[in-house]
Amino acid sequence: MSSTAVPTPTVLPCGDAAVLLEVAAPDAEHALDEVRALHAAMRAHPVDGVVDLVPAARTLLVAFDPAVTTADRVAAAVVALPRTATAAADRPLVEISVRYDGDDLADVARRAGLSTEAVVARHLEPTYTVAFIGFAPGFAYLTGLDPALKLPRRETPRTRVPAGAVAVAELFCGIYPRPGPGGWNLIGRTDAVLWDADRTPPALLPPGTPVRFVESTRENGPRDDG
Amino acid sequence: MTGVVEVVDPGMLCLVEDLGRPGLAELGVGRSGAADGDSFRLANRLVGNTEAAAAVEFVLGEVAFRFHRAVTVALTGAPGPVRVSERGAAFNAPFPVRPGELVRVGRPASGLRGYLAVRGGLGVAPVLGSRSWDTLAEIGPPPLRAGDLLPLADDGDGPLVADVAPVRWPSADTPLRVIAGPRADRFGPAALDALTTRPYEVTAESNRVGLRLAGQALHADASGDDAGGLPSEGMVTGAIQVPPSGQPVLFLADHPVTGGYPVVGVVVTADVPRAAQLRPGDPVRFRWVGG
Repeated sequence: MSSTAVPTPTVLPCGDAAVLLEVAAPDAEHALDEVRALHAAMRAHPVDGVVDLVPAARTLLVAFDPAVTTADRVAAAVVALPRTATAAADRPLVEISVRYDGDDLADVARRAGLSTEAVVARHLEPTYTVAFIGFAPGFAYLTGLDPALKLPRRETPRTRVPAGAVAVAELFCGIYPRPGPGGWNLIGRTDAVLWDADRTPPALLPPGTPVRFVESTRENGPRDDG
Repeated sequence: MTGVVEVVDPGMLCLVEDLGRPGLAELGVGRSGAADGDSFRLANRLVGNTEAAAAVEFVLGEVAFRFHRAVTVALTGAPGPVRVSERGAAFNAPFPVRPGELVRVGRPASGLRGYLAVRGGLGVAPVLGSRSWDTLAEIGPPPLRAGDLLPLADDGDGPLVADVAPVRWPSADTPLRVIAGPRADRFGPAALDALTTRPYEVTAESNRVGLRLAGQALHADASGDDAGGLPSEGMVTGAIQVPPSGQPVLFLADHPVTGGYPVVGVVVTADVPRAAQLRPGDPVRFRWVGG
């Protein structure tokens, strides 16, 4: 796991109960790495009164209890964080078993100029990392996607994507935790339960989790619950 | 557990709420909890509960509950007429209810959300540490239906310290105070002025996620790197987000954890409960204040 130095972010105002930290990276990929390093550092060095951390594409939202602390004190604590993170993965590797039969697999192959077999091979190759969760509880944005698979979203989003759909869009790979609308390119399905409120933590893939995909060899593949 | 509170008529929308589930935003789950936290806390204090005890949040009154044992209850929030069997009762004042009695709340003259606290607090099963229904994430005890029978918890044994709490229902003319948001610099002075010049109107598409407002359109300067949209970033309650239409959205308790449009300003925490009491058609004014 590469270690990224913890950046000194710009502190943007965000009301009387939060600050928004923005990293100054040259491009989107580096910004994700810097946000991850900042998030890991703040988890490792908890700041009094902070109640929520929300990592995103190039920002980390720090929500605090205004009865306990202030934006200025939180900002000072951020500046004082150790600048070299122990950025080793703080979460165990999760393997996700996928059946590559997504409705957009052929389209992704055409747009990438690859065979479907090559799309699958390139999707299986990297070890991904959860950059952040957004869109829905447990919907992890995975970085590490092969450049050939970095494609725009579908022009027309689907009104219903099944739970467990494995998809790619822009810089990311993601897995839909539950059925719902979605515009990502569907390449496969998994039986993995991404979200379970009775589990601790409820998300299978919290931020910082390393992830590998393995091809499902079962004849029947994941169930269709849709 | 024995059911004590029977939902006879849930009205438009009847939810169990508490102070929500902070700390899970990084997993994609927002805080949720009572939309008008001031009225919610007051209801609990009036019946001697801890402030975090679960209570019922309802919309535009016209609800009815039957109590299957003697309890002390309090109603707060948007005040409507109250009947307990054939007696009258009032908002913001705790009152005893005998076994089998029905409490009916009529439609409020102004305001949107009412709260019913029962001494002891509602004892429905918590989900992820909270008894709040999050309408966006669809997590928590589901919306109440007629016939639901709710048990009580053990969250209230404090003294009953007040017969009535003086509450001044705010005038709709009082502006909501706004602090400049993280992306205020994307909006020119004209747009920043426009937010406070004329009132907006709360539209019918508003809910616990946020108030969708109609009025003067606010446009981010087109000179920005990604004018109009930006990479997703964390959102807070009270944030005024401006989508490409220019019509602002004021986020309430069940707001999405992240959003992709610029936040021009953030309503101060103390004024969020007032925002949560605005109903469709109400005017809403804003006033800039320093952070």
